[in-house]
Amino acid sequence: MRLDGAFLSVGSSSFVDFLATHDPTLLPSAKVPEGAAIETTHGTTIVAATFDGGVVMAGDRRATMGNVIAQRDIQKVFPADEFSCVGIAGTAGIAVEITRLFQVELEHYEKIERTVLSTDGKANRLAALIRANLGMAMQGLAVVPLFAAFDPSSGVGRIFAFDVTGNKNEERSFHSVGSGSTFARGSLKKLYRHDMTEAEAVTAVIQALYDAADDDTATGGPDLARRIFPLVSVITSEGYRAYTPAETESIANVVVAARMSQPNGPAAPLT
Amino acid sequence: MTAPFYVSPEQLMKDRADYARKGIARGRSVAVVKYADGVLFVAENPSRGLHKISEIYDRIGFAAVGRYNEFENLRIAGVRLADMRGYSYDRKDVTGRGLANAYAQTLGSIFSSGGEKPFEVELFVAELGEDPADDQIYRLTYDGSVADVETCGVMGGSSDKTEPELTNAYTAGLDLASAIRIAATSLGADIEPKRTISAADLEVAVLDRNRTQPRKFRRISAADVAAALA
Repeated sequence: MRLDGAFLSVGSSSFVDFLATHDPTLLPSAKVPEGAAIETTHGTTIVAATFDGGVVMAGDRRATMGNVIAQRDIQKVFPADEFSCVGIAGTAGIAVEITRLFQVELEHYEKIERTVLSTDGKANRLAALIRANLGMAMQGLAVVPLFAAFDPSSGVGRIFAFDVTGNKNEERSFHSVGSGSTFARGSLKKLYRHDMTEAEAVTAVIQALYDAADDDTATGGPDLARRIFPLVSVITSEGYRAYTPAETESIANVVVAARMSQPNGPAAPLT
Repeated sequence: MTAPFYVSPEQLMKDRADYARKGIARGRSVAVVKYADGVLFVAENPSRGLHKISEIYDRIGFAAVGRYNEFENLRIAGVRLADMRGYSYDRKDVTGRGLANAYAQTLGSIFSSGGEKPFEVELFVAELGEDPADDQIYRLTYDGSVADVETCGVMGGSSDKTEPELTNAYTAGLDLASAIRIAATSLGADIEPKRTISAADLEVAVLDRNRTQPRKFRRISAADVAAALA
């Protein structure tokens, strides 16, 4: 094939803009379906919390389709680039495609411009992708991501939440999205401390996911029989790192063991 | 009425080729060398901002000589093609051969079409294989021809003098520092007496098989280049 037209044109550094001119059918937003809402696979709860020197994001592993568990080991937390990650709740197929597009968008910009986007720039690009999906969100196929990044310029972890219209909202300390998010957020509210270490923050998010699974049918708790545990990712000045299943299992085991005597989890002081 | 001048197709193509070659010979050279852990690119380039060596995809690197705006245009087109293929199929489906083919078609049709001036560029497209034996380097010239580079090569500038110098110095299984050294020495052999190019004037990058990340392209800092040359 000859590279012509859109390939050689002087355009922006955005991969999404390139696809929009060259082959818009590849964009997730090009496929707004008609007709009534259909039943699809849904991802459920994502939590994120900052700690001293970074940010942690974790997601449960359950995907549901109506009352059925569609998948027990779905991946809902993805690295976006070396210093950021995305967790997705909502319609799984579209969420995964938007995440893939977002990953390419960041890498494409980095290769063309030979510099990485600022953390706010990345969050704004994700907001634009979510906004482009508004047509499908109105058909019931909504995607709600949570974006976490380590900001090398300020040396802190940052969390951004979005609604289906792409409204971006930076959270200072912790946040949660998805069906179990109300319970996870309530749990983190009591467990979160501003001076947490990485290990404490990881334990806190796993506690929060346990509480979400405790009260929300669509969120999966630690599956001890199948040895399926939440996916945990941390981002620090060293970059993105996903915890290995063995690391997560050992923390989850401690949390589950403590719940055997205290089913509601650790109690916060009254005053 | 005057009859138009007749120019034979042979002469027309020769004129276009001479035009492109002159443009390419005016610039500085770029060398490419297979070394123990992958593929090394070395360019004489005093600019920190305007690069001659770039990352295209996970395992694909690009180096160019000639007219900056033209090869920059081709580089961006290559990144767009690779990212689009990787997005619509899978990252594994982006190959150096596919990219080299697209560049060859593009350069070839621009060269032989009467409407456009030929591109004054030459490119190296290198792809890191799973094993050293699978590493591929393609050399693309202004007219769209493609050649395999077996071990090492130089293009642009006085490559007629610098390339034999590099080929003579090359041995299989070079470590990175030695590969940088022979590439830098041969790039300085373009005039008599030979020059020594300082580390600050070299742009150096590798496709490094030992990198744990999927993206194998890595730039070598001026300090590390200086250490290799010392």
